[in-house]
Amino acid sequence: MAVRAQFENSNEVGVFATLTNSYALVAVGASENFYSVFEAELADVIPITHATIAGTRIIGRLTAGNKKGLLVPTSTTDQELQHLRNSLPDGVKIQLFQSVQREDGLTRPMEKQRIEERLSALGNVIVSNDHVALVHPDLERETEEIIADVLGVEVFRQTIADNVLVGSYMALSNQGGIVHPKTSIQDQDELSSLLQVPLVAGSVNRGSSVVGAGMVVNDWLAVTGLDTTATELSVVESVFRLGEGQGAGAINTTHKDTMVESFY
Amino acid sequence: MSAMDLDAPVSIAPQVKGEQTNATILCCNCGAPIDGTISAGALCYDCVKTTVDVSQGIQREATLHFCRDCDRWLLPPGSWIVAARESRELLALCLKKLRGLHKVRIIDASFIWTEPHSRREKVKLTIQDSVSEGVVLQQSFEVEYVVAYQQCPDCAKSYTANTWRACVQVRQKVPHKRTFLFLEQLILKHSAHKDTINIKEVKDGLDFYYSARNQAEKFVDFLTSVTPVRSKKSQELISMDIHTSTSSYKFTFSVELVPICKDDLVALPIKLAKQTGNILPLGLCYRVGTSVNILDPSTLQTADISTPIYWRAPFLSLANVTELTEFIVMDIEPTGAQKGKWLLAEATVARASDLGSNDRTYYTRTHLGNILHPGDSVMGYMLTGTNFNSPQFDALEESNNYSSQIPDVMLVKKFYARKKKSKVRNWRLKRMNRDDGDLLPKKADQEKMDKDYEMFLRDVEEDTELRATMALYKAQQQAKKEADEMSVVETEDGEDETPKIDMDELLDEFDELNVKDNL
Repeated sequence: MAVRAQFENSNEVGVFATLTNSYALVAVGASENFYSVFEAELADVIPITHATIAGTRIIGRLTAGNKKGLLVPTSTTDQELQHLRNSLPDGVKIQLFQSVQREDGLTRPMEKQRIEERLSALGNVIVSNDHVALVHPDLERETEEIIADVLGVEVFRQTIADNVLVGSYMALSNQGGIVHPKTSIQDQDELSSLLQVPLVAGSVNRGSSVVGAGMVVNDWLAVTGLDTTATELSVVESVFRLGEGQGAGAINTTHKDTMVESFY
Repeated sequence: MSAMDLDAPVSIAPQVKGEQTNATILCCNCGAPIDGTISAGALCYDCVKTTVDVSQGIQREATLHFCRDCDRWLLPPGSWIVAARESRELLALCLKKLRGLHKVRIIDASFIWTEPHSRREKVKLTIQDSVSEGVVLQQSFEVEYVVAYQQCPDCAKSYTANTWRACVQVRQKVPHKRTFLFLEQLILKHSAHKDTINIKEVKDGLDFYYSARNQAEKFVDFLTSVTPVRSKKSQELISMDIHTSTSSYKFTFSVELVPICKDDLVALPIKLAKQTGNILPLGLCYRVGTSVNILDPSTLQTADISTPIYWRAPFLSLANVTELTEFIVMDIEPTGAQKGKWLLAEATVARASDLGSNDRTYYTRTHLGNILHPGDSVMGYMLTGTNFNSPQFDALEESNNYSSQIPDVMLVKKFYARKKKSKVRNWRLKRMNRDDGDLLPKKADQEKMDKDYEMFLRDVEEDTELRATMALYKAQQQAKKEADEMSVVETEDGEDETPKIDMDELLDEFDELNVKDNL
C-alpha cells in the first residue's frame, strides 16, 4: 500500500529514509511521527533502524541499497557503521566507500572495502531494485564493480530525461518504477527493457519531478510526501502494484519469495 | 439536439484532444492525461491556469493625478502631459503607473468605457509570462485607476499672487490709449506676450509680469526694436542665503514710450530743429517707428528724431488728435513739389463751424495735395487764437526767425464722413486678455476707452502703412454679410467714402483662447 508522510514539515520522504525489502533506515527526527509511519506498516516484517550518516539526517540521499546490501559513503563514522551492522539483518552486505588500496580485488561480506569515489551522495547516483541498478554515467569503474558485488545486481550507466542523477529522478522496486515526468516514451521503453519492470512517468508531492527523493518504495509499501495528490498516489499504487489484492495482503502469494528470502 | 448535447455527462477532467497519443503522465491535480515532456510541473494547462497567477505582483488599483485647471495628467515624477480620455497617450501613462509590469510581456491593453464623472479609468490588460521553462501562460485582467485631482505647479503658480520674478512696466504719459492699442497689435503679431504670466492695466500703461528675468529682458528688447522707448532696470532683494551665496531678486523694468503720437502737433526745441536738418521747429508727427518722424507740411521736409536724441531734450506735443478741428477746403492748388505720397499744395480752408456765420478763411500750405479737393472736409490744428502752454512754442513765437513762419492752420488728415457711429466692419483685430487692475473702469472711462479704440480702428482703416504692421482677421460670416449690405446701402446714399480694407489683406479667422470679439 501507499501512505503519505512528512519528515519535520518536509515532503521529501526519500531524503530522510531508505526502504528496501529487507530493512528500512529512518533518519533521527525530533519526533517519532515519521518513524511511526514506517513502524505501523513494517514493524512485524523487516527491521526499521534509526540512523545517521556522518551525523546528518539525509540518509536517503547518502545511501543506496537493496535487500542484499547497503552502500554508505566514506564520511560515515565508525560508530554509525557499527550501529548499522548491528541493526541490519544478517546477510546484508554493507559497503563503505572509502579511498584506500584494494588488497585482493575481492569483496568479502561485512568487510570494509575502500574505494575512491567522488560522487558520495550515493542515493542520488544509484537506483536499484533487487536485480538491476542504474547508476550515474560518471561513476568510477571500480565503484560499478563494487555495486554489482554488494547489491548483487546488474549495473547500467543511464540517464533519466537527460538527468545524470538517476537516483533522484527515479523510484524503483521489483514491481515497477516511476521516472521523471519529462521522460519521453522512447526513453521509458529503453529503461523498461533494461530493468525488466514496467515504468511510468509521473510526479509526487503535487507535481514535484524528483520522484526518487520524494518517495521511498519497496515491493509492498510506498511512502510519499504529504502533498502527494490522489492522482499521483493512484499512479504510484498502480505502477508498484500496491493496490488492493496486491499490497500487504498479498504477502503470502505475490511477495512470498522475497519474504522468505529475507527471513532466512 | 443541442439540449441533448448539453445534458450529456461531461468528465470533470478536461479532455485534451489530439494530444492523446503523446500523453505520458497524468496531471497531478485533475488526473487528465497530458504530455509530460512539455507540461509545467506535471500540471495540465487548465490546472496551470487555475493555480498559477502570472499577474501576481501587478497592481490592480492605481491613482492618476489630474489637474483640473489645465486638463493635464501627471506623468511621474514631475511632468504634466495633455491626453484625452481613452487616448493612446493616457494608456501609455496608465501602463507606466503599474508597478511589476516590466517583468511580464504585455500582449494587449485597452480602455473599458467608464462614466466620465465616475473619476475612474478602467484598463483591460492581457499579459504573458512563462510559468516554467517552455510553458507560457496568458492572462487577462482589469486595472482600475482612480482619478485624483491635483493642481499642477504651473496652475498653482498662476493662481498665487507674487510669483512673478520680473515685471515690465510700459508707460506712455498721454491722455489716450491709441499707442497701447497699436502696441497690443504688434505684440500679438509677434507673439511677444507668450511667456507673460499676467498683464495688468494701470494708469498710463500696462504691466507685464514674467516668471524669469530673461523673459522680461526679451520683451524689453522687443519693445526697443519696435517703439521709441527708454528703459530702466531695477532690482529688489527678496532673500539671500549667506551660506551658499545665492540670492533671489525681483526685477522691474521701467519702459517709457516717447509721449508723442502719430498726427500730433509738435514744437521742437529750436536747437534740436537746427541740428536735425534745420527743419522748421513746428511740425506734425507723421509716424512713430523706433524713432519719431516729424514733417514740416509747408516744405515737405522731414526729420527723424531718434530715441536717445529725444530723451536728451524731451518735449511734449502741442496738441493731439483730440484737438483736431474740421475744416472745409475752399480752394486748393498744388505747387508741384512732391515727396512720396505727399504733394505740396496751397489751400484755402474755412472752419466747418464758421460756415454760415462768417466768411473767415485761412490760407495754408499742406502735404495732402493728392487727396484733397475743394469741398472736402479735412481735419487740422487751429493755431491762430490757440494758447499752447509750451516753452518750446513760446520760444518759437519769440524767435525773430520763426515767429513769422507759424501758420494759421495746419492740416493733418482728410476727414471721411462716417454715417453711423458704430459701423460694422468686415475685419477685426485680436485682443489680449488682461487684468484691469483692482478697480473696475468707471462708465466714463469705459466710454473714453471705446472712443480711443474706435479712433484706433479708423486709423487702421485709413493708414495702409500702419495696417502692414499688424494682423487683421476676417470678421465672422454673419458680420461680413451685414457689412456687405451696409456698404450697398451706403454707396446708394453716396455719403460714405470711408476707405475699405480689401478682403485679400485679411487673415482667416482661427480660434484662440485670447481672441475676443470686440465688434
